[in-house]
Amino acid sequence: MALDLPFLWAAIIAFAVLAYVILDGFDLGVGILFPFFKEKHDRDVMMNSVAPVWDGNETWLVLGGGGLMAVFPLAYATILPALYMPLILMLLGLIFRGVAFEYRWRTRRGEFLWDFAFAGGSMIASFTQGVALGALVQGIEVENRVYAGGWWDWLTPFSIATGLALLVGYALLGATWLVMKTSGDLAARARDYAMRAGIGTLAAMGIFSLWTPFTEPLYFERWFGWPTVIFSVLVPALVLGCFALLVYGLKTRHDAWPFVAALGLFVLGFAGIGISFYPYIVPASLTIWEAAAPHESLAFLIVGALVLVPMILCYTVYAYWVFRGKVDPEEGYH
Amino acid sequence: MFESLDATLLARFQFAFTVSFHIIFPAFSIGLASYLAVLEGLWLWTKDEVYFALFNFWKTIFALAFGMGVVSGIVMSYQFGTNWSVFSDKAGPVIGPLMGYEVLTAFFLEAGFLSIMLFGLNRVGPKLHFFATLMVAVGTLISATWILAANSWMQTPAGFSINDAGQFVPVDWWAVIFNPSFPYRLVHMVLAAYLTTAFVVGGVGAFHLLRGDAPKRARKMFSMAMWMAAIVAPIQIFAGDMHGLNTLEHQPAKVMAMEGHYRSHPDGAPLILFGIPNSAEQRVDYAVEIPKLSSLILKHDLNAPLAGLDTVPRELHPPVGIVFWAFRIMVGIGFAMLGLGLWSLWCRWRGTLGENRWLHRAAVVMGPAGFVAVLAGWVTTEVGRQPYTVYGHLLTSQSVAPIAAPAVATSLIAFIVVYFLIFGAGTFYILRLMGRLPRDPMPDLGEGPIRSAGITPAPAIAIKPGSQHHGA
Repeated sequence: MALDLPFLWAAIIAFAVLAYVILDGFDLGVGILFPFFKEKHDRDVMMNSVAPVWDGNETWLVLGGGGLMAVFPLAYATILPALYMPLILMLLGLIFRGVAFEYRWRTRRGEFLWDFAFAGGSMIASFTQGVALGALVQGIEVENRVYAGGWWDWLTPFSIATGLALLVGYALLGATWLVMKTSGDLAARARDYAMRAGIGTLAAMGIFSLWTPFTEPLYFERWFGWPTVIFSVLVPALVLGCFALLVYGLKTRHDAWPFVAALGLFVLGFAGIGISFYPYIVPASLTIWEAAAPHESLAFLIVGALVLVPMILCYTVYAYWVFRGKVDPEEGYH
Repeated sequence: MFESLDATLLARFQFAFTVSFHIIFPAFSIGLASYLAVLEGLWLWTKDEVYFALFNFWKTIFALAFGMGVVSGIVMSYQFGTNWSVFSDKAGPVIGPLMGYEVLTAFFLEAGFLSIMLFGLNRVGPKLHFFATLMVAVGTLISATWILAANSWMQTPAGFSINDAGQFVPVDWWAVIFNPSFPYRLVHMVLAAYLTTAFVVGGVGAFHLLRGDAPKRARKMFSMAMWMAAIVAPIQIFAGDMHGLNTLEHQPAKVMAMEGHYRSHPDGAPLILFGIPNSAEQRVDYAVEIPKLSSLILKHDLNAPLAGLDTVPRELHPPVGIVFWAFRIMVGIGFAMLGLGLWSLWCRWRGTLGENRWLHRAAVVMGPAGFVAVLAGWVTTEVGRQPYTVYGHLLTSQSVAPIAAPAVATSLIAFIVVYFLIFGAGTFYILRLMGRLPRDPMPDLGEGPIRSAGITPAPAIAIKPGSQHHGA
């Protein structure tokens, strides 16, 4: 049997999306926490802790989008119109918070404006990503290769709830990042927020684990059918394990552990969603094989992906390594 | 019927608006990244602080422009799906992988090394830092290569077949990437980016020469920029001419619109310098023309016949007025750039490059000229491609997403408001940074023996003491 390229590609795209969620998740989270830190000095340090990496983090979003167009064009062509409003809002939010990284250092009088843009943009982008996820989980109607639903289909109590949940989850990533990267009073307060956001994230994961199976029979079967029910038992146990690590790391001042635990929670949540979706890429409408691009497209790009993605990971790790350790409050990058 | 037409027009306007704003930043950052690499290389080689000071000055400006390019670029990568979903479904298998390679080979490279270039000098040392700067510069060029391959394929599609679902299926990737217009478009655009940057750098240098606040630094950047103008502008005019001949071969209707040739000319077509295209009457009003010159330029023969738009069905005409005028703006600026480049050569020969105030004033005025030319050039080629998205194969009206007009109108208004606000502020900050060139270090000691003992004023070199101090 030949290599199942659509399956391999689904795995790569899933990896890109996961990489985006956890990487941009923590720098969006820093933005979400901005309003809770009023001191200019604290805000400078917070911003500097993510300034060298945010751009690379956001590139995974471009890979997720661009890659989807390349290898699952039909999924790209149906999901994006279905999520038109939340995605446009997300893009606008990303613009505001992205430019704030540079603009904020270029003005004293206008600094508060760009602080506001950074926090507001981060919140809007996070919330709309959650909404988009919720809407996707609920399914997208496709007829004759085009989106066949209405323009407000994405707006439901479920998607609003997923939007809020992701906001809390990203705040957890951001807070644990700050615990790891900062020191003193700022880190102490970040620990406090990490604990609260951790409890919130755990609660949200519990709620959606109970809610999701009843939104779509497909998920119900997946969660309670054999053999995937093994995961339904295993994942909650691992989630609790991560939460315990989070609490332990926060209490014992092992400053890197909470961040690792938060990453673990996201990976588990993501795996849960992945297991629920499979083999669909547009839930209940298109499987990964139905949405896949012609073989020639998949084969052409896979060569590059298999060589380049590991290289990208190498120099990304190197870039993180260069800026490792706690942020020196005196070392203003700008 | 009317509603769908409106939605298509709105989607087109939204794409044109967001991509026009976007292209300004890459056009600048492609050239500026290379300029930064040259400056840092010269600094490491000569140890002359003037290059390091200029590097730091332009690095900050680069960071701002690059940031704006990133955020406006993310919008582009999603707009294909949100507004042009049918196009994405059909053409995605061909242009998607090209853009995928752009992300994999260029965007990550730029993002990974940008932070080291901006913030990492003290952490990695000058050699590795220079490597990072080179990677950013190379990344911008790789990015240009892939995206221009994708764009060129839409202009002159090759190497594909069409499957049952109506999708373009790549058959020969070599032919897809090296489609007929790609080499010409790539050269033309990269040169345009270099020229754009050269005129910005030249304009800023001239501004500071006029102000006299940092004569050594200002003169250095002005001189470098004017070399670029004098050398690249003529090459660009030649490359543009080649590109035009290529377009005549593959997209004749676009050239007919550029030239304003509604009618065919069986024995030598005139070059219309100016006039007002009148598409309703299919003629150019108040035309000022030079007989037979168009045939000479396009066919290298005064009497060669040239077909006009009367040989193309009316519904397949591109909008003539926009293409006609955009083309003239681009060409006019190109020749003005050549003129300034030649003038600078003359002044250089006479030894007045650093003193001729009229030259400096002209350079300040010409500072933003590259952006106008780049936009005009893209309008020429993109509007000239109409009514197709994939030339000759997929109509624009059949590419658009099934989005209701009110939704597109709302997002369009949001984009317009946000872009003017955000990029207006960004432009303001960039202009302000451009106006703040740190003074030359103690001019009276500039060439003296004391300086060579290593006393370089700290504020002039914005780097932490104790590391990478090349105050030779």
